Amino acid sequence: MNQAEHAVPPGRVLRYNYKERLTHWITAISYIYLLMTGLAFWSPWLFWLALILGGGQISRMLHPWIGLIFAVCVLILFGMWASQMRVDENDKAWFKSVRYYVQNEDEQMPPAGRYNAGQKSLFWGFVVCMVLLVLSGLVLWFPEYIPWNLRSLRYIAVLVHASSALLTIGLFLIHVYMGVFAERGALGSMVHGDVSLHFVKRYHPGWYEEITGQSTSPKK
Amino acid sequence: MSQATLRVQKISGHAGSVPGEGAQREYTVCKLIDTTTCIGCKACEVACMEWNDLPFGETSFDNTYQTMPETRWNYWNLILFNEHEKEDGSLMWLMRKNQCMHCADPGCLAACPADGAILQYTNGIVDFQQANCIGCGYCITGCPFDIPKMNPKTNRVFKCTLCSDRVSEGLEPACIKSCPTGCLHFGSKEDMLKLANDRATQLREHYDFPQAGVYDPAGVGGTGVVYVLHDASKPELYGGLPADPHIPWSVKLWKGPLKWLGNAAMIGGLIGLAVHYLRFGPKEREETIKEPHEGAEP
Repeated sequence: MNQAEHAVPPGRVLRYNYKERLTHWITAISYIYLLMTGLAFWSPWLFWLALILGGGQISRMLHPWIGLIFAVCVLILFGMWASQMRVDENDKAWFKSVRYYVQNEDEQMPPAGRYNAGQKSLFWGFVVCMVLLVLSGLVLWFPEYIPWNLRSLRYIAVLVHASSALLTIGLFLIHVYMGVFAERGALGSMVHGDVSLHFVKRYHPGWYEEITGQSTSPKK
Repeated sequence: MSQATLRVQKISGHAGSVPGEGAQREYTVCKLIDTTTCIGCKACEVACMEWNDLPFGETSFDNTYQTMPETRWNYWNLILFNEHEKEDGSLMWLMRKNQCMHCADPGCLAACPADGAILQYTNGIVDFQQANCIGCGYCITGCPFDIPKMNPKTNRVFKCTLCSDRVSEGLEPACIKSCPTGCLHFGSKEDMLKLANDRATQLREHYDFPQAGVYDPAGVGGTGVVYVLHDASKPELYGGLPADPHIPWSVKLWKGPLKWLGNAAMIGGLIGLAVHYLRFGPKEREETIKEPHEGAEP
């Protein structure tokens, strides 16, 4: 566990250290800005989102820069989490019985480790979409500098940018729903950093075994 | 301004109806460019700058007569000079005055996300409203003719207005007025097409241009600028005039099916999650979680 971390209350386990939490929330805030301005450019019915954020011109000007912040944050998260997000056989089994997960019959699920297969998918989905969004976004940032004979780049970019953004919206909705509404304690873990052992046992039995097996604390 | 609203038939990035749509009786206007009588004098280029008070910019010299390689944000009217080698080895000029084509189905307007940044008037003129432009450049992607140009300082896009200010006062565009050979004409679309077809017939029957024809591409619903070409089967010879211009398929896909699919998915997703919560609720109720940490807090 991280040495620089504040003391974790008894009966609780550190799940996200300070660096993880900070990066997560910068990613989250930048994503929400990108989502709002992006939706404003997506549909005339949502253009008012750009107006409450300072107007269309400001939104157009800031969207790419905030996008860069988002991309860098996702890269940092990638660096911190990629090794924990490796997909294994257990994850395939998890997806096979995802129906039980949706119906809140978690006891029927194959035990998840520190991250379940859904969380891993979210992670990889965001990483892949971020790369696509940055590549297409660079073209959309400076369309006037794309020479006429390379115009197909622009044609591809508008489709890639919109499609991958839509994909992240799907991931984002599920993520917020799971974290805020479905799994009580998940939001707190990203705020305070720690979760109860009960939470670990309930949602991440594999991880529970891992930490209680090698736990140095005398009792929980 | 009061009249202007009544003269609009299409608005970019606009939710809801077009306020003045159908309020005024107007005919579609059209500019006719007869490339066969153009002498490349560039009077139209100068007239455009004069009327629109465009600043004098640097021109480039590439061993041709052409003022610059392409139109600029503040240079809307440019004659493209093409030295064409005929089959018998002799040379001829193909000179085409290039500017916004004022498409009936404008790709710029379809791609634009900013409310009111691009208008199409009832008379067919497509006009940019820089005050509403957000500088995203989607119009550049939507245009099949490479016409909208970005002002790098202000991040707003500009192009030929077909002198909408003059036309709304019953005058012809400045370029038309300046043409010394009469290769430029202005009037109703109907009249201009008649004139163009008559001229093309004349070229086919009395001159050595059996392929002469009129350029009024159907892919963009016809244009507010029509050309008479010596060889209508090869418009590309005239500085890359596209043979079959249309709004890029990716822009159509993006603004059409993808948009509706995306909207349905987003709304469906939100409803789905809400219904899931009502049906299944949270994975664990708060009261069943005994967390010492929470109990310790005030």
